[in-house]
Amino acid sequence: MIVAERKPLTEIIKAVAPFAKVLVLGCGECVTVCMAGGDKEAKETAAAIAIARKKTGQELVVKTLTVERQCEFEYLESARKLVEEADVVVSLACGVGIQTMNIHYAKVQTLPGVNTTFMGLPLQQGIWVENCLGCGNCVLEETVGICPIARCSKSMLNGPCGGSQDGLCEVSKETECGWHLIVERMIKFDKLSVLSEVKPPKDWATSHSGGPRKMVREDVKL
Amino acid sequence: MSMSNLQKVVASGAFAVTGELGPPKSAERKKIEHHAHLLKGCVDAVNLTDNQTAIVRTSSIACGRILIEEGLDPVVQITCRDRNRIAIQSDVLGAVALGMKNFLCMQGDHAKCGDEPSAKNVNDLDSTNLIQSLRRMRDEQVFIGGKKLEAPIDLFIGAVENPFADPFEYRAYRLAKKVEAGADFIQTQAIFDMDRFELWMEKVRELGIHKKIPILAGIIPIKSMGAVRYMKNNVSGMIVPDAIIDRIKAAEDKKEEGIKLCVEMINHLKTVEGVAGVHIMAVAWEEIVPEITERAGLLPRPKFD
Ligand code: SF4
Ligand code: SF4
Repeated sequence: MIVAERKPLTEIIKAVAPFAKVLVLGCGECVTVCMAGGDKEAKETAAAIAIARKKTGQELVVKTLTVERQCEFEYLESARKLVEEADVVVSLACGVGIQTMNIHYAKVQTLPGVNTTFMGLPLQQGIWVENCLGCGNCVLEETVGICPIARCSKSMLNGPCGGSQDGLCEVSKETECGWHLIVERMIKFDKLSVLSEVKPPKDWATSHSGGPRKMVREDVKL
Repeated sequence: MSMSNLQKVVASGAFAVTGELGPPKSAERKKIEHHAHLLKGCVDAVNLTDNQTAIVRTSSIACGRILIEEGLDPVVQITCRDRNRIAIQSDVLGAVALGMKNFLCMQGDHAKCGDEPSAKNVNDLDSTNLIQSLRRMRDEQVFIGGKKLEAPIDLFIGAVENPFADPFEYRAYRLAKKVEAGADFIQTQAIFDMDRFELWMEKVRELGIHKKIPILAGIIPIKSMGAVRYMKNNVSGMIVPDAIIDRIKAAEDKKEEGIKLCVEMINHLKTVEGVAGVHIMAVAWEEIVPEITERAGLLPRPKFD
């Protein structure tokens, strides 16, 4: 899933200050699951904007809506009436959803209400970890299913650096060393010898480093 | 092929000694020269750290040139943290043009560990990629992208290994991998835990790596209680046993005890099969290197015409 975190309310309140009619738009997918931008958070955000505005006495009409999936045009149609009535939209979807809104409703500005952080998984209630950087050339079969690109702070391909100690990464005591996990799992699968192969420099052209990516599939195009 | 001084020492079979110089956080050539003079005659080559612990300092290549002008043999450290493959290959060519031959390939501490935590960590290559790439530049005259160098270059390629990092079971294999990638010499992280180092060396010998490549064991002379405590608590990938802390603590003259310990360790390392030399990292205590090398019987250093 895509993991996000709501922006500080003060930041959102400041961003919508010039506008009288505000729509807070949640998304029913990833951001609902990671409790950053679902219906509940949309209502909370709207309430906070209303309270702040009361203090200033400035006019305000704030509405909320949560669409099923903000990152696809077809799901945005259900919001048309409210979007067109609004002066500004605060989207609590991930960066993809926010941009989908700005493309689909080009006349209204949609502002970000969350910071989109990473692609990852909920490890346990309240804890999410990054797992994939979308490098465009997956190597998980070489590393027993643990990503060296996303889970190693230095995206190393040929094994751990010299800073790994007690299973933790040198970057922080809160961060597991991805390579420690890989080596342990390799030993379990009796595959440590696989790591002896020298991996050549990675082709980063398939990643974002090669420029914004676009996928065209003739076989499924209409 | 022309060889660096370090390369000649290693080839002669003599017990090698390398030193280390941390470039200043300024452009003061005098400081670099001063430290170089302290090390001259006591070591076969001097490592120049590459923005060590992710703190901005004078470039290792610029310092390398100053060292050459002062008559020393530089070992230019190259990390993968700050430069992509275009910049690294270009810098290596530039350094070779300026007379440098020894290059030490390392990953580099993460930028978060230093003074510029907001920096983008490059890590286009990893340290093993870097070793392999330099070897191909030298042996096949080819850049990573496949294009040919216009003329051959001489390189003496170093790699690092840290027997004190985890997972321990993998550390000797990792060394083997770096040798396979093309490393010509190894320098290790500083040893304080001799038992663990010897355990690692056992594995290294079992894999026969010591026969393929000279391994220089890392040493840091302890200057004070503060320094040793700092290394125990703040330097990632280092193990400082309590016995060492207690020994320094108990000593009246901490500096003398630090020197003694250092000399003892060097003398012991000379007897460990597969250790081909020592790498003395007396950064910020360069003036002690003459005394340590003298007392450890490492002087005079071999000379070649
Ligand atoms: S290797 Fe690339 S695609 Fe595969 S999980 Fe890692 S970042 Fe994602
Ligand atoms: S400690 Fe582990 S996760 Fe951190 S940079 Fe080194 S190898 Fe990567």
